[in-house]
Amino acid sequence: MPAPQCATCHKARAALRRPRSGRALCGACFCAAFEAEVLHTVVAGRLLPPGAVVAVGASGGKDSTVLAHVLQVLAPRLGISLRLVAVDEGIGGYRDAALAAVRRQAARWELPLTVVAYADLFGGWTMDAVARSTAGSGRSRACCTFCGVLRRRALEEGARLVGATHIVTGHNADDMAETVLMNFLRGDAARLARGGGLGSPGEGGALPRCRPLQLASQKEVVLYAHFRRLDYFSEECVYAPEAFRGHARHLLKLLEAARPSAVLDLVHSAERLALAPAARPPAPGACSRCGALASRALCQACALLDGLNRGRPRLAIGKGRRGLDEAGPPRDGEPERAPAPDAVPAF
Amino acid sequence: MCQVGEDYAEPASEEPPPRQPGREQKCVKCKEGLPVVVIRAGDAFCRDCFKAFYIHKFRAVLGKNRLIFPGEKVLLAWSGGPSSSSMVWQVLEGLSRESAKRLRFVPGIVCIDEGAACGLSPEARAKALAEMKLILQTVGFPWHVVALEEVFDLPPSVLRCFAQEPVGTEGAYKAAVDSFLQQQHVLGAEGAGDSPSLAQGEEQLSWPCTQDPQNPQSPDRPPTAAQTEALSRLFDSVKTLTAKEELLQALRTHLILHVARTHGYSKVMTGDSCTRLAIKLMTSLALGRGAFLAWDTGFSDERHGDVVVVRPMREHTLKEVAFYNHLFAVPSVFTPALDTKAPEKASIHRLMEAFMLRLQDQFPSTVSTVYRTSEKLVKAPRDGCAAGPPGPRCLLCMCALDIDTAGAALLSQGGPPSPRHRAAVLRLPCEHEGLALPGPPAALHLGRGPAPQPEGLHRAADPGVPG
Repeated sequence: MPAPQCATCHKARAALRRPRSGRALCGACFCAAFEAEVLHTVVAGRLLPPGAVVAVGASGGKDSTVLAHVLQVLAPRLGISLRLVAVDEGIGGYRDAALAAVRRQAARWELPLTVVAYADLFGGWTMDAVARSTAGSGRSRACCTFCGVLRRRALEEGARLVGATHIVTGHNADDMAETVLMNFLRGDAARLARGGGLGSPGEGGALPRCRPLQLASQKEVVLYAHFRRLDYFSEECVYAPEAFRGHARHLLKLLEAARPSAVLDLVHSAERLALAPAARPPAPGACSRCGALASRALCQACALLDGLNRGRPRLAIGKGRRGLDEAGPPRDGEPERAPAPDAVPAF
Repeated sequence: MCQVGEDYAEPASEEPPPRQPGREQKCVKCKEGLPVVVIRAGDAFCRDCFKAFYIHKFRAVLGKNRLIFPGEKVLLAWSGGPSSSSMVWQVLEGLSRESAKRLRFVPGIVCIDEGAACGLSPEARAKALAEMKLILQTVGFPWHVVALEEVFDLPPSVLRCFAQEPVGTEGAYKAAVDSFLQQQHVLGAEGAGDSPSLAQGEEQLSWPCTQDPQNPQSPDRPPTAAQTEALSRLFDSVKTLTAKEELLQALRTHLILHVARTHGYSKVMTGDSCTRLAIKLMTSLALGRGAFLAWDTGFSDERHGDVVVVRPMREHTLKEVAFYNHLFAVPSVFTPALDTKAPEKASIHRLMEAFMLRLQDQFPSTVSTVYRTSEKLVKAPRDGCAAGPPGPRCLLCMCALDIDTAGAALLSQGGPPSPRHRAAVLRLPCEHEGLALPGPPAALHLGRGPAPQPEGLHRAADPGVPG
């Protein structure tokens, strides 16, 4: 049975069915629809005002590649200019290959690229060094905990270096759904209270961040990259198998197979959670060491580095954060500053 | 597991150090008895301490929440399964204690026969019913057995939310208890013990079966074949198992509430255990019911207005329930449910259950973590709109609709950032007029594309629609 006609242009043969609506579209119409939806998200949420200098967190992976491409297409209409910022966490055998992909992309799109490395920013602590430091004692290495916090710090630094006014990352709907599941399973009420919405508007001097692809499902991102023939790096991070997010991801795949709307339903649920005021994170101040956004005396990045430098890497993880210069008494379920860490860099 | 509150400071071991059960180990509580069961991560209890622990938990949950007033009529929803059987047994024992610690409400039991929905043959249904009646007669509370087919006979008034009775304040509860105790004292002094609800009699047999000798809902009159046929047709028309489960739950709830209303019960107790509630929470999340989690999984559920659903077993894990039932011979009846023997991937409920139990094996604190998070959920203020009219309600689950705010979360991003806005977004539709932002009207389905896709939005409020 031949494929049906494209439902939009009625001329070409349909090349795919959109995962959620089931509409049959040809490649060109699908890409156009995808771009239109991202434009809609950005415009309706007023995420990137005209004249913004936007730092795109580029990892070389499919999400950030698609994000950068779409934003480039939309840049004239939105009136924004783009800069690529790539973060080098120092993960051997993974990040170097990914960075090569980013460099190719930057050349192809003719966008300025800045690479910030953990080794430079954080006093020689690469992720491999962190992993070595936290290994042993039979517990998990908690690599993603460190990487997530430090990466967001690095991204902020990189964005400031290039003079950006906004930061965008390529988180898609599946990522958001996984995050909700993960936060519930870990009991992270503070993140649940903070989550939902399209990013953060930039509290206390931090740059506003947003996720234009947040409502696009992962399948559509992959399909877009395929139809536009984008070149991206598709291997998994070396430390990903240890991450707790893997469980949430596996569950999400099963849920999606049983009920395709599950992903969107989870995002819908997350936006509407009502948590007790006591569970919400405290109003943020500034870190006493680096001046970045922090809800306690030290921002999480400084706290983590502190622990690493003192030879007690888990100092800043978990309840109480003992041993740090703390003003207040330890509270229950302390959140980390940054949003939930990802197993794989999602941008 | 990278749990948020987990203490990494000690070089902890995930599993408790290997111990020889039996000779060297003693009960952690009394330090004397021989342990028979291990609860949580390595707490071994002897039989008596376990019983005390279990009963204490039940009483503590009831006492902490102070919702059940003395002399109140409470309907126990019994499915025959272990958790609800345990709950009924706890109530039975609680009512028979010496008067100071006695439970002070008037119970009844309702049992819904769902055989038609699950596709059971009439003989199987009759058999299960007979077993249930045996147990019901032993327990001795007034009981009602209702077939699910009766849901077709429900008046449309069940879909209307009745006016909510004012929730008793702390003072009201204490006053009620004090007056009740005084009454008892007076009656005791007069030597009159004939009022059934203040029965001084200790034995179960004196418990008035006279209260309800015939059950008007009449199990003696089995549902007609036409009704059974209609019910089977209804369930067959629903395509996915997920939707069938949700439909069954909705119908069951409405039926139980109807029984409660007809017979003057103001509270309904369901036997949802901690494990079940954690699974239910995650399932509701995946179904898009994030706005209603507090009602679905909290201790009390007042969305139906006059009858409040209460969950006293919510702190007991399934393991504790199973062991208690085994050790103390609590009778229960097994009836096949809708998803018995269904493959794991058949429905969201089954998937979530399998996932949670598997994760619990690996990380023993999973269920309790999810439960603790659920305790932090609050019911978004329903009548924060003394200012505005209450929003429309879903027909099936009686929760305020959350569809209109679909765009509001995105809408609020453009406005001035403030935690109040986020809180405002989470409230009812009636409140989002307060987000006075110029720009695209709320009817525009933001972020879902220029052409509004209706199906993604309807799912959240209408779980019965074939998914």
